Amino acid sequence: MPKTIEKKKAGEESVVHFTFAGAVAGAKRCLPIAVSGVAIGLVFGVLARQAGLSPVEAWLMSILVFSGAAQFVVIGIWASPVPLAGVVLATLVVGLRHLLMGAALSPWFSKLPKRKAFGSVFFMADENWAMTMGEFQKGKRDAAFLLGGGIVMFVSWSTFTFVGSAAGSFIEDPAKWGLDFAFTAVFIALLVGMWRGKPSLLPWGVAAVVAVLGHEFLPGHWYILLGGLAGSLAGVMLRGR
Amino acid sequence: MDVDSTTLLAIVLMALVTYATRAGGLWLASRLDLSERAEIFLDQIPGAILISLVAPVVITGGPAAWAAAAAAALVAWRTGSLLGAMVVGVACILALRSLGIF
Repeated sequence: MPKTIEKKKAGEESVVHFTFAGAVAGAKRCLPIAVSGVAIGLVFGVLARQAGLSPVEAWLMSILVFSGAAQFVVIGIWASPVPLAGVVLATLVVGLRHLLMGAALSPWFSKLPKRKAFGSVFFMADENWAMTMGEFQKGKRDAAFLLGGGIVMFVSWSTFTFVGSAAGSFIEDPAKWGLDFAFTAVFIALLVGMWRGKPSLLPWGVAAVVAVLGHEFLPGHWYILLGGLAGSLAGVMLRGR
Repeated sequence: MDVDSTTLLAIVLMALVTYATRAGGLWLASRLDLSERAEIFLDQIPGAILISLVAPVVITGGPAAWAAAAAAALVAWRTGSLLGAMVVGVACILALRSLGIF
């Protein structure tokens, strides 16, 4: 075990790049995600309109917040007058998983100039983050991959939020087109690339059990954070012995 | 411009909170001198988070989701293509649902 750690540390000594070509590569890889995200953006726009937000308000939310999970949850509790405390708390709970995701980026992003690192993380969503981690694990070192992928998703998300909200309720349930499964399929494909055989079994098993239990018995999105924490800690206990 | 001031306040607060969570993990982890255990922990996060996103959808999703997940995994394993896995997964669940299998 210590050998793999030494190897990883040596790898991290290498230079981290931040190039235009890296951003383009990230954009290309995230394009299919952004395309299937069009339907989700449209649906969000429609729901936001029904909840009482104007098209400009919904658009502003997608631009400034840029978090599908947080926005759907908030629209679910939206009322008049706006329940500010509930909105902020729900956003925080849904966003806590970002803390873990940002920490996972740190071995590479802490080597970048602050402006680039902290500008890029505004665009960190589940999908482009996961793809970026996959790239890093394959030995690639271009951190602009996250930004490029994020910008494509940002443009798709904000544009189609506005279109959905302005155009009204012509969008049907995305589940009818199987699009609800697009993200899951991509996550599964990324997991296949991250599988390291037996050492993955315990942390992934623990994460799955905790996430399913959390999803069934806890409100909101706690299950993502709890599953991620429990699985990672299980991995530390397994390998740190 | 059709923007209510309370709504705008709510949106700005959401934006601040969300950015704080996005920047906070990187900020903290960059500042700490990480032990070997902490590095192992960081190394485990991607897989554990992805499993947590996927497991509830797939495990509680029923036969159509199980089959589509298996198909997506198979394509990813054989070809390494994310796009291929996405297309096959969506096509599979769409086909099964249209046959009345959920």
